[in-house]
Amino acid sequence: MIELRELSKSYPARGPAVRGLNLTVASGEFLVLAGPSGCGKTTTLTMINRLTEPSSGTVLVDGVDARSTDPVALRRRIGFVFQDIGLFPHLNVAENAGIVLRLLGKSPAEIGARVDELLALVQLPAQEFRDVFPAALSGGQRQRVGVARALAASPRIMLMDEPFGAIDPITRDGLASDYRQIHERLGLTTILVTHDMTEAILLADRIALMREGRLVQVGTTNELISAPADDFVRAMMESPRRRSEALASALRAGSRA
Amino acid sequence: MSGDAGTFAAAFANLPDYLGWHVLLSVSAILIGVAISLPLAILCVRSPLLRASALGLASAIQTVPSLALLALFYPLLLALSAFTRASFGIGFRALGFLPALAALTLYSMLPVLRNTIAGIDGVDPAVKTAARGVGMTSRQSLWIVELPLAAPVILAGIRTAAAWVIGTATLSTPVGQTSLGNYIFSGLQTENWIYVLFGCAAAAALALIVDRLLALAEDGVVKRSKARLLASVVGLLIVVGASLFPLFASAGGKPIVVGTKSFEEQYILGALIEDRLRDAGFQTTRRDGLGSTVIFDALASGDVDVYVDYSGTVWADDMKRTNLPGRQVVLREMAAWLERTHGIGYAGPLGFENAYAFAMRRDRADALHIDTLADLAARAPQMKIGGDYEIFTRPEWRAVERAYGLKFGVERQYQANFMYRAVASGDVDVISAFSSDGRIAEYDLKVLSDPKGALPPYDAVLLVSPQHAKDAALIAALMPLVHALDLRTMQRANLAADRAIDKRTPDDIARGLDVEIGTRAMKR
Repeated sequence: MIELRELSKSYPARGPAVRGLNLTVASGEFLVLAGPSGCGKTTTLTMINRLTEPSSGTVLVDGVDARSTDPVALRRRIGFVFQDIGLFPHLNVAENAGIVLRLLGKSPAEIGARVDELLALVQLPAQEFRDVFPAALSGGQRQRVGVARALAASPRIMLMDEPFGAIDPITRDGLASDYRQIHERLGLTTILVTHDMTEAILLADRIALMREGRLVQVGTTNELISAPADDFVRAMMESPRRRSEALASALRAGSRA
Repeated sequence: MSGDAGTFAAAFANLPDYLGWHVLLSVSAILIGVAISLPLAILCVRSPLLRASALGLASAIQTVPSLALLALFYPLLLALSAFTRASFGIGFRALGFLPALAALTLYSMLPVLRNTIAGIDGVDPAVKTAARGVGMTSRQSLWIVELPLAAPVILAGIRTAAAWVIGTATLSTPVGQTSLGNYIFSGLQTENWIYVLFGCAAAAALALIVDRLLALAEDGVVKRSKARLLASVVGLLIVVGASLFPLFASAGGKPIVVGTKSFEEQYILGALIEDRLRDAGFQTTRRDGLGSTVIFDALASGDVDVYVDYSGTVWADDMKRTNLPGRQVVLREMAAWLERTHGIGYAGPLGFENAYAFAMRRDRADALHIDTLADLAARAPQMKIGGDYEIFTRPEWRAVERAYGLKFGVERQYQANFMYRAVASGDVDVISAFSSDGRIAEYDLKVLSDPKGALPPYDAVLLVSPQHAKDAALIAALMPLVHALDLRTMQRANLAADRAIDKRTPDDIARGLDVEIGTRAMKR
């Protein structure tokens, strides 16, 4: 379980990025943190594993204050998937996927066996991919390795920062639904950041909507659509439907022409 | 062409010694340079203040002319050695390997420092964030991610450093460190262009081979080829090992160090002394081409054991005397002063003088009716004078200026060979020649007399370091040289080294002189 209490972050140059945010994510929940660019959702995410230090407020991970935990140990316990993937280009797929295990001092045999499991989990056949370097992989394959790397030390919590944003649309859908299955199978607690409301609605148990550093509303898709807190929430929640209607009409117009 | 073949053979004979030292010096400088620069660069990446000061300092060092940097380390180390000797009773040699090593190490630092910082800075920020995100400590991030990714850039820096150091190491000859520069410096002094080219080619070949091998390592890192990396390391080990082998194979007892200043006469006399000492069963080694104050300090501190100086030089430079009481008195007082102040031994005069002698082309001097320095003074403002690198800052020059009121329109400085050519071709009107120089006769120059006796005497004298001043066997081995060389003999010997046609090497001339002296001694 993750609890954020009165969490704030402000930068000297840019001013406040996150203002007094309160949010509780239950174990096993898939929470999507959504909102327009620059609303503070990535800052909120990175404060959970202390890649960003909060200016004030508290992060509780399984009831323990993150500030009292060594940040390095904390990060090894929490999986993190980056928007720009960030695979280590000089290490092959197996070495990338197994890096956290190496940091934890596991034996090579142990790491090798676990890496095979992980690659199977993200649907990259180990035989074929283990010795390949990141430069030779497609964007989708790279992020599969990114997910495998985050899962290596069997974390209970996964933080994902627009993980599918840099990947082409067709691959993106497959990758997102594959991850949702992994989330279910392993019973993970996942917080995923996105600005894509369609992706949010398709993946989330609950959606937390942010604007200008503040949490506007949290709830299931149905709650947010049926009882939006304000016009911003309504507009955000309606945007996928509006777009698909616009799309349908454009397609009809195209078929008439 | 048989002369050229002989020169090549002589050049090759010196190669194991010169190359060995050159490689030992370069490798040591690069290893120490990298050992300092790498950690320093890593600290710099984390601290902007340190980065600015370290890079600034390294760049400033790079702007100091290499020869000057090498030369500066000699007095620095000499002072340091005097200090440690006074404080802890342990001194060290301030000439030769250490100053060369210190200067070259500094030279090697900038490219390694700059490339390591640039290499680490250049690592993709996304990758650095990922390293933190997966739970690496900053040390783990450095070793597992940043350094391996920066490795090709760092290796490129080491390559640059290696090329610079191997090239610049040729300049360590004047501070008394044997290197491939010995070919270049002695070749330049004796106009032995084969030697100069040989030295350049050898240094260039060494630099090129090392560069190719390091490029192979760089390639190995980029392409993740262990075979290339291994080939590079093995190749480097073979080059270094093969170069160093003769040095250690020939190591024996502590040899007598024969020093020379940087002109032909000194090279000939150095070879002559070496021949004498070897005949007497001594092991010898040479420190060639030393500056004239450097060599005196080196003798006093025992870095050089034997060399030939000139009484007037010691009188003016070291004793700071300005009065001129006559040739024999100068010799006597000099010997006493050397013994009293430095414990330096004086074996005796060789029998000839190499004095400053102002010389003009005979036809021109006669046309202008100039016989003496006093005659010269009247014409000097319209004239150009050529001198060596030292003369215009020397006390003798000031003494002559004062005595005759000399003031020239133009003063030019030349390397000795070019100075004689300049007066012969009319580029300058007068030169500060040397009386034992064979080229005075060859170019038919007129030596102007010194009626006021403003120029000191310059008897060639054999000096021995304090450590060996009481070494009877050594002194006995040198004694046959005392009073053995008259001015005419030395002029002839010098001309044989200087002339363009039928030029002979100093070693060859020395052997001839040795025979001549031996024969004469037998006749006596």
